[in-house]
Amino acid sequence: MNPGGRDERRLGWLLCAPAVVAMLVVTAYPILYAIWLSLFRYDLRFPDHREFIGLANYASVLTSEVWWQALVNTLIITAGSVVFELVFGIALALLMHLTTVGRRIVRTAVLVPYATITVVAALAWKFAFDPTTGFINGLLGLENAWLTERWSAFFVIIFTEIWKTTPFMALLLLAGLTLIPEDLVRAARVDGASTWQRFWRIILPLMKPTVLVALLFRTLDAFRIFDTVYVQTRGAQDTETVSIVGYNTLIVRLNLGLGSAVSVLIFCGVLLIAFLFIKGFGASLHEQREDRP
Amino acid sequence: MRHHAIPGYRLLLLITGVLTSAVNCPNTGDRESDRESPVLAWYVFAEPSGAFRGAAKRCSQLAGGRFTLVLKPLPTDADQQREQLVRRLAAADPDIDIIGMDVIWTAEFAEAGWILPWPAASSKRVSMERLSAAVESARYKNRLWAAPFTSNAQLLWYRSDRVKSPPRIWHELIEKAETFGSPGTLQLQGQRYEGLTVFFISLLASAGGSVLDESGSGVALEEAPTVEVLSLMKKIASSPAADRALATAREDQARLAFETGEPTFMVNYPFVWSSSRQNAPKVAAHMAFARWPSINRHHLSRIAIGGLNLGVNASARHPGLAFEAAECLASKANQVIAAKQGGLPPTLETLYDDPEVRQRFPFADSLRETLREAVLRPRTPVYNDVSLAISRTLHPMRDIDPVTDAKRLRKAVARALNSEGLL
Repeated sequence: MNPGGRDERRLGWLLCAPAVVAMLVVTAYPILYAIWLSLFRYDLRFPDHREFIGLANYASVLTSEVWWQALVNTLIITAGSVVFELVFGIALALLMHLTTVGRRIVRTAVLVPYATITVVAALAWKFAFDPTTGFINGLLGLENAWLTERWSAFFVIIFTEIWKTTPFMALLLLAGLTLIPEDLVRAARVDGASTWQRFWRIILPLMKPTVLVALLFRTLDAFRIFDTVYVQTRGAQDTETVSIVGYNTLIVRLNLGLGSAVSVLIFCGVLLIAFLFIKGFGASLHEQREDRP
Repeated sequence: MRHHAIPGYRLLLLITGVLTSAVNCPNTGDRESDRESPVLAWYVFAEPSGAFRGAAKRCSQLAGGRFTLVLKPLPTDADQQREQLVRRLAAADPDIDIIGMDVIWTAEFAEAGWILPWPAASSKRVSMERLSAAVESARYKNRLWAAPFTSNAQLLWYRSDRVKSPPRIWHELIEKAETFGSPGTLQLQGQRYEGLTVFFISLLASAGGSVLDESGSGVALEEAPTVEVLSLMKKIASSPAADRALATAREDQARLAFETGEPTFMVNYPFVWSSSRQNAPKVAAHMAFARWPSINRHHLSRIAIGGLNLGVNASARHPGLAFEAAECLASKANQVIAAKQGGLPPTLETLYDDPEVRQRFPFADSLRETLREAVLRPRTPVYNDVSLAISRTLHPMRDIDPVTDAKRLRKAVARALNSEGLL
């Protein structure tokens, strides 16, 4: 490397430095501090009794039925919402992509739920499903107290999540759709491929990377679900998620050590999901790169 | 790029403006309060009748300009009040002066150093002639930490048109309720929350047991009474007289159900009396009251006391004035108004003979009797954890297995006392 290039490189680093420092301060510091706190017995109610206890907090969390139950609940909500969001998301993305009349209106209408604040959406659906104030029971001719039983409460939570974030999925998938070369689809049509074959054999395989990115984003988000559950059930009826457990330990019980251990474990869960996706996803990216000379 | 620079610069200006104005606000407020009389903030649950607002105004007037009290309403749910308060108290927020404390917070707040011990000079004045259980609820480690303001305890409510004399013990009550046949004849609180803990503690105390030992740091939960109480809870919940939605019933659901006229029995706080008078006069006409049923004929029932104590934030700017203001707020005149206007039972014992109070509380004698023999919920700094451990272990009541769950309960409470494990 010539001296001029090196100078430019250094300048580049210098110019990046403020951003890197800001990132470290606002993200790395809290993460490291949480890991540090998780090694202590530290309760804000007894600030003087702080002591180093190593990994005991983790042992305590991992041997607790509460944690595993919450993890199962979180996975139920994650799987339930992400699968339907993907299906509806593709449908909406196709709709947005193929509409020729009133394109802007269609796209705006589809995006409205995503623009709604989660707490507002959760409250709105809570009221909608309420036996006295809601319209759902009237519509279906039922007399259910939806949020008082476990599975119907899960249904309401997952339904709210799907309603709220399908547009996000659709938006990401729309970006993937627009990248597919028109010519390829037209060529397939000339060759006699039906609409279904074109979708299944041409469009979907080409969208695979986008689908995986969209799935990754939504799975990570869904795994950390907090506000919908907090507003609708507060974790009652056995709908507690890992984030609610973290909240209860940190904010309600003020147990910083144990709560930080929960947070770190949630973080590990997120890392694991990202790792699994990127392994699967990385392979498919690789394939594609090799396909293209 | 150039045309982007201007909006960006404006945005920056705007943000700086907002930030500086936000920072400046409290400062200007302080300067004013230093010049004039200090403003004392009273954080307390949003009382709907305006009795607390009136009390704050009256005490400000009585102070003759030495301080002005302002009310800062908190949510009505005690858990949410605590959540908001503890975060600010742990951060030593000086903007809180007087705290409207649920009777169960004393030990936690005192141990953490969030509230100041009551000055010896006026301790006697704020505890004199008050119900001893209410005063005890404000004491921790031989010191008084708050002024007892209002009190509360459950009674048994029943329909006098269907039942001549109220059952005295639980087994009789269940038997009697079952003769009416329909589910929901007996209304009580079975959701997984503080109300379930209160129900358990009241039953346990009536059976002669207690959750913690006398030192307050070890588990008691004596085997015989605990198993007896757990069997009773299971029996109540699986009785055909219990409500189908018992597992999600809180005080308000029980009240609403009773107001439909279907149920015959309900255990609940006295607010149900004025409520049914307003919402269901036909039910109210036949609504009668009695002391909570007991477990056996040898002992009378003992109910967990509720209510509100007034404490002073340890980081308050004017603690001296705050104590004075809190004493005024908890004084006789304000207790009468809280009772008459807000329906909150007083802590001053003599007020139960006051004609105005008795008009609002026709059940004053039963209530006073209950309160005189009331029991305190465990006085430990980790009460919140202990309560969670109890309500989580015993919910839903119909699935209780008395012997196994008595052991699980001991274990859960022990873990909570050591602040170990998730709850």
